[in-house]
Amino acid sequence: MAIDNSAQLVDAPPRNRWQGILLALPVTLLMTVLLVVPLIIIGVNSFGQRGPDNTIIYNFNLNNYLRLLGISEPGVWDTLYLEILVRSLWLAFQSTVLVILVGYPLAYFIARAPRKQRNFWLFLVLVPLWTNFVIRVYAWIMILRNQGVLNSLLGWAAGLFGLNFTPLDLYPSDFAVLVCMVYEFLPFMILPMFTSLEKIEDSLYEAAADLGANTWNTFWRVTFPLSLPGIVAGTILVFIPVMGTFIVSDILGGRQVILVGNLIQRQFLDARDPVFGSAATIVLMVMTLAVTLYYTRKFGFAEEAFGR
Amino acid sequence: MPEFAVELRNVSKRFPGPSGEIVTAVNNVTMQIKDGEFFSMLGPSGCGKTTSLRMIAGFELPTAGEIYIHDRPMGHTPPYKRPVNTVFQNYALFPHMTIGQNVGFGLEMKGVEPKEIQRRSSEALEMVRLAGYEKRMARQLSGGQQQRVALARALVNHPEVLLLDEPLGALDLKLRKEMQLELKRLQREVGITFVFVTHDQEEALTMSDRVAVMSAGNVLQMGAASEIYEKPNCRFVADFIGETNFLEGAVKAQTGRDVDVELAGGLLCRATADEGSQVVSGQKVTVTMRPEKLGLRPWQGADNVYDGRVEEVVYIGTDTHYTVVLAGDQRLRVREQNDDPLSRPLAAIGDAVKVYCDEVSARVLTE
Ligand SMILES: Nc1ncnc2c1ncn2[C@@H]1O[C@H](COP(=O)(O)OP(=O)(O)OP(=O)(O)O)[C@@H](O)[C@H]1O
Ligand SMILES: [Mg+2]
Repeated sequence: MAIDNSAQLVDAPPRNRWQGILLALPVTLLMTVLLVVPLIIIGVNSFGQRGPDNTIIYNFNLNNYLRLLGISEPGVWDTLYLEILVRSLWLAFQSTVLVILVGYPLAYFIARAPRKQRNFWLFLVLVPLWTNFVIRVYAWIMILRNQGVLNSLLGWAAGLFGLNFTPLDLYPSDFAVLVCMVYEFLPFMILPMFTSLEKIEDSLYEAAADLGANTWNTFWRVTFPLSLPGIVAGTILVFIPVMGTFIVSDILGGRQVILVGNLIQRQFLDARDPVFGSAATIVLMVMTLAVTLYYTRKFGFAEEAFGR
Repeated sequence: MPEFAVELRNVSKRFPGPSGEIVTAVNNVTMQIKDGEFFSMLGPSGCGKTTSLRMIAGFELPTAGEIYIHDRPMGHTPPYKRPVNTVFQNYALFPHMTIGQNVGFGLEMKGVEPKEIQRRSSEALEMVRLAGYEKRMARQLSGGQQQRVALARALVNHPEVLLLDEPLGALDLKLRKEMQLELKRLQREVGITFVFVTHDQEEALTMSDRVAVMSAGNVLQMGAASEIYEKPNCRFVADFIGETNFLEGAVKAQTGRDVDVELAGGLLCRATADEGSQVVSGQKVTVTMRPEKLGLRPWQGADNVYDGRVEEVVYIGTDTHYTVVLAGDQRLRVREQNDDPLSRPLAAIGDAVKVYCDEVSARVLTE
């Protein structure tokens, strides 16, 4: 049987094309002014040299990048900045994986809850976003510090069993940063996951059961593959901001955990070295983009496969 | 082999309604579906067809009663352990799998060898005339093709019973007719018991060996298509299956299955009662007569003859429908074949005519 593809060869009517351009205009302008132009400036600056009195000498050189790679001085390999980059990637990776693991069951639960209850659960997922980001981060200090909520609770529980309890050293630490990242970015994973899971019709679960799939097989052969688009979208929404955040590590890392975000911020504000900060910015961007592209290439097929 | 493929014994299903009340979707239904037959559940929307089917498949558990498949009580057996497969109304093909993977899914779950899966899947696709479609995705197929894939996906597992919930509902008329024949052919070929749900009486009559007519959670009548049509046991069945006339009256005399009914306007009708149905003199009854069993042309020994006047004439190609008003303002629809070479009508509006009807064609209904 032949398939007729001729419909796809017909162009959209021209009027629609103009409409499209008009509709895209405001965003395009905004992005040009606020993103493209600054990016060009940062890109140019990253090849400059720091001059006296906060000036920049534009003498196109690679020194800033060499410094990031730790090979600016001959014969010495200083891995300080590379370590920061790797640590940021590692943290973003850990956070994303944890967010997926924590978020998936919840998203699944909400998607399978009676229709009337779903909005309520989603509402609860979003409630934390109503308070200021920085305040939420500070709240974690209250929970994690030596005499904080968590240690008090653990101490009380230990007391019940007559055990000795030495407060856990949770703040400041890498652990605190990770926990807070997971908490902060959970909603951005749950929402797209929920959307994907909710779209799966009941009849597909029933069809799977009808064809002999038990709960386990139904999950891995039907539910999970069909929810991949949501996981991919959520991963992008979580991974990118975690890569660039500096507030969480600033507050909870107690200056022990330095991430790319902190490095960039300090170059611009404390160290007054904008050219080096620019180079770090560009490297962060390229890294994030590379990881994201690789990831979507690898898993994005899920979206194409069933035309969402 | 047990005689019955599926048996429902006093099965009821009650749901909590939206405002706390209890909805009885299926009410104390007993049904025996014979091995290898094409069985249909027929009834209007909301009569409990889908619920009955879902209980056989195991998606719902009966509130009361028990379901047997080849004499094995199903109890709480989950769907994936039941020897049945379902063809869903919306097909429910897995959108992330190819047609081949869809069809092979059931075998894969049974742990069949990949080579064997492939062989049997292509065989099943061939059977529904979709050979070579393995690599396509479901969304690249038309509705009718998806329908056939759903069928292949179920049949490839050689279930003991195949359940079909209005599988042709989404297809246009022509395709529907084609698929009806195709389904019938498949059922003969594979010899699997088909339990088919539909609200289309014509579909049920053409396809089924036996039909159960349902209404409001109850099975009203069960039997061969011709039996249901020729000998409806109640007004609902007579009305739901095909077209018919109803005349109200009271029993005047009865000998065996022959009943004399006095109709409104003083007309007398010699009618037939069902075997085993008890009618007594004076009882109010309804007489039903199929339009095609009535005639305007006389024949030898017609048991009932009524004078009337033609009120309406509708030409529908093969036949012409005449509406005739009898004494007491009762109306009869009469269907006459247009076997005259020029299709000349037998009567025109306003003509005085006689309507003929045999005793066996006039059936007494007590409920
Ligand atoms: N899950 C449920 N919860 C509550 N009520 C239900 C549920 N499923 C079915 N019902 C009710 O049970 C009755 C029978 O429904 P069912 O789906 O079996 O009808 P049906 O004969 O298949 O109708 P249709 O031809 O419209 O598909 C209906 O009144 C319906 O509202
Ligand atoms: Mg239904």
